[in-house]
Order: sequence, then C-alpha cells, then structure tokens
Amino acid sequence: MFKKILSAAAAAALVTGLASTPAQASPTLDKIKSAGQISVGHREASVPFSYMDDTGKPIGYSIDLCMRIVDEVKKAISMPDLKIKLVPVTSQTRIPLLANGTIDIECGSTTNNLTRQQQVDYLPVTFITGTKLMVKKNSGIKEIEDLDGKAVGLSLGTTNEKAFKAAAEAGKLDVKYVMVKDHPQGMLNMENGRTDAYASDDVLLYGLISKARKSDEWTVVGRFLSYDPYGIMVPRDDSEFRLIGTRVMADLMRSGEMGKIYDKWFNPGPTNINMPISSDLKKAFEIQALPY
Amino acid sequence: MNYNWNWGVLLEDPYFTWIWTGLGWTCLVAVCAWIIAFTLGSVVGVMRTLDNPIVRGIGTAYVELFRNIPLLVQMFLWYFVFPEFLPEDWGMYVKRGIPQPEFWTAVVCLGTYTAARVAEQLRAGVGSIGQGLRYAATAMGLTPVQVYRYVLLPVGFRIIIPPLTSDFLGVFKNSSLALTIGVLELTAQSRQITEYTFQGFEAFTVATVLYCLVTFIVMTLMQVIEGRTRIPGMLSLGAK
Repeated sequence: MFKKILSAAAAAALVTGLASTPAQASPTLDKIKSAGQISVGHREASVPFSYMDDTGKPIGYSIDLCMRIVDEVKKAISMPDLKIKLVPVTSQTRIPLLANGTIDIECGSTTNNLTRQQQVDYLPVTFITGTKLMVKKNSGIKEIEDLDGKAVGLSLGTTNEKAFKAAAEAGKLDVKYVMVKDHPQGMLNMENGRTDAYASDDVLLYGLISKARKSDEWTVVGRFLSYDPYGIMVPRDDSEFRLIGTRVMADLMRSGEMGKIYDKWFNPGPTNINMPISSDLKKAFEIQALPY
Repeated sequence: MNYNWNWGVLLEDPYFTWIWTGLGWTCLVAVCAWIIAFTLGSVVGVMRTLDNPIVRGIGTAYVELFRNIPLLVQMFLWYFVFPEFLPEDWGMYVKRGIPQPEFWTAVVCLGTYTAARVAEQLRAGVGSIGQGLRYAATAMGLTPVQVYRYVLLPVGFRIIIPPLTSDFLGVFKNSSLALTIGVLELTAQSRQITEYTFQGFEAFTVATVLYCLVTFIVMTLMQVIEGRTRIPGMLSLGAK
C-alpha cells in the first residue's frame, strides 16, 4: 500500500517536473539573453532588401521581416527592452560572421543553397530570383553568348560568380573576368567602361539601375543562369531559434501580410523598382504558410 | 572551437592551382613594382641631394605627394580616377586595351609609392657621407656626374642596404592590396578558397607560410648582396 502511494507520488512529481521546465535548449537564445542584445546582420547596398537610407539606417524588405522576428524573440525570452545591434556585413563576411556567432541573424539578399547549409541554416524562402546580366541599352548584348571576348564584372563570393563561370565554361566562351568586392564597385566599373556586363541577381540589378545616375542607360538581359531562392540566415543546429523565425514567417504568409510587405518594397517600392509579385513567389508564400 | 579542420582540401584541384597562381601573381607584382621603385626612387633621391633648388623642389614634391596618401587610396585613384583624366581613347586603352589592366595599375601604384620611400632612404644614405669625401672627389677634378657615379652612389647604396631590404619586403607585403582592384594574388586566392570551401584557417595559414618563405628568400638574397659588395675599411662593421 505504502509502495503504491510512493510510486504514484513519484510519477506525479515527474510529470509536473517535466511540465514546468520550458523546452528551451537554444544556444542562440541563451547568448542573446545573457548579452542583453540581439546582433542583426544587414547589407549596405542590396536594394531593396537591405540598404541604407539617407540617414544611414538600414531599411528594406528583409529588414522588415527580421524586425518582426526580433519582436517574437523579445516575447520568447521575455525581454521587451532587448537592444538591437546592427552589424553591416558583405557577401564575403555574412556566413563566417553568422557561423562564429558575431551575428545572430542575417537579413539581406542571401541565396539558400545546400553548400551554405553546411555552415548556416535558413528560414523560409522570401524571394525567388536568378543570375542575369546588366548591360548598356545600346550594346546589343542579349544573352551570355554575346559576351564572348568581352569583359564581365563579378562580385567575389557570390553564387552569381560561380553560376556565370560555370555557364561560360560550358559554352566555351572566352570572357575576361573583372572581380569586384561589392555591387557599387561593379556599377562603377560599368559606368567607366571597364566592363561590358555585370552579372548579379536580377532584382539587385534592378535596384542598382534605379539608384544609378542615368537609369535609362542600363537594362537587364539574358535568361536566368541560376536559381536563387533568398532566405533569412540563422545559426545552424539551433532548431528552437529557427522555429521562432519559421513561425513568424508562416503567420505572415498565412494572413496575407507577406504580400503587403512585398508590395511596400517592390510594387513600386521607395526605389521605384516596379516588380509586381511573380506567380512563382505567390505560390511559394502559399506553400510555406504552414498551419499550426 | 567548433571548427572542423580539413588540410586535404588544399591539395584538391582547383584550390591547389589557385594557391600557386596566387603566389606567382604576388611575386610578379612585387618584383615589377620593385624594379620601378628602385630606378625611379634612385633618380628622385639623387634629385633631392643636388644643389639646384628647382630640381630639389621637384624631388621633394614627388616624395611628399606619394608618401602622404595611404596606399589603398592611391590604388583606387590609379584604378578609377587616373584613366578618366586621360584623353578619351588613351583612357579606354588603359582601361581595356592593355592585357591585365589591374596588374599594371597595381604595379605602377606600388612602384611609385615605394619609389618615394627609396628616394628618402637614398637621400639619407648620401647625406650621411661626410662632406670631406664629396670635396675630395671634386678637388680631384671629377665632374658632378662622376662624383655621384664613382664616389657618392656606390657608398650611399651600400649604406642603405638594410633599410632598403625593409622596403623590398614591404613591396611583397603591400602587393596584397592589389586584391582590392581585382588582381588575384595570394591573399585574394586565399579568400576565394575560403568562399568555396569555408576552410579559411587552412587557406590563410598556407598563405602566411608562403609569404614568410618568400620574404625569407628576399632577406637572404639581400644579406648575400651586402656581404659581396662590402668595401673593407669603408663602413663600420659594428652592425653585422
């Protein structure tokens, strides 16, 4: 009799013990909590995803989404006064900084691919694009094959660099590569005539053109040389932190607010990019609107 | 530290060839820049030690201009700004016509920058030779050109071999700045390997070792030159 009561009491204690501890085994959340701040990585010139406005504050499509996620993180760790540290990153530093913990989340124009998933993790796809070419309107260049014997600008460390080189090698084209370290330098090389084309994601090219001195000099041509789905990057091996982000994104997509945020930045957007939502992206939002 | 080491990746193609082409470009940029720096620097250095105030002024202007602007800024000025000031077709030739425009831009930039330093070294070297030697040479009937050619410069160059070695090594290390204008030298290739494989530690360790090897060879070469060109009884052998 005594044994029965004892075993019942032990079982009750075990159950209540399990129920009271929150399932929070997230190294990133622990780090944010102990530091009292969340480090958000952003870009400086990836229009309109993450770029600096006239006052030097980062704004953009990815930044809006990230701030929603930051609000959710504040609720998850019950720190409504969490400080947000904004860390500018480049296409070369974003993955190392995320992998070593300097930033907790990266909000830019980063392509989700399997190689990168060896180092970092991604939230649901927020944009779909691919590599295209920016050329002068009257240059007569229409496809990558027209670049045989010409000079092309490529940004170091991007998927566009790899995709373009692969396509050029496959087509046995003799192309001179001019490597640049970021998009503004690529644009400068185009403006002063060093390169005949600049290869990057098509939406970033539209953004560069919209910010250029003479926007109607430039145009984006060519077929997609790569498939680039963008996603917000989070640290690897932290399902708890990623779940917070996935939940926020699914809520936005389910309620239709995702479409509104898209239109705010792209249709036509503060930089007049004028890209209404594509059917692929609309479908992607519907598919990723997971229910509870 | 949560890093998985993988030294084998550097032996795979294409990363293996990248490192060696990078090293090749580094050495080529550095040696070509040094040739420019040494010849131009010697000329400017001699100009600064002459009596004629105009000639001395030109030398001073050159040195002050190229010494006071950071090397990275100079690199961008040569690459982006200089071609715009040339007439239209010369500018296009500089930007597109020359094979490897970034390479030549980097060589010219590095060469002119280091020439300013070499000029100062030579001025210090020639200046440290006592007045007595210069007057004795003139008294013997040598023309100013002959004074420099047979007396001042031989001694001057021997004096400045140690600081000149530093500048020579500096050219090798400063060649890494060429990566900002697109020259794929050793540092740039290490960064590329890091992009593609995410094994940054291994790539940069190998780059460091290769830089040290190259500079060690340069140092040994300069020591041999110093030993071979020593004039017995001319300079103090205290700093051996």
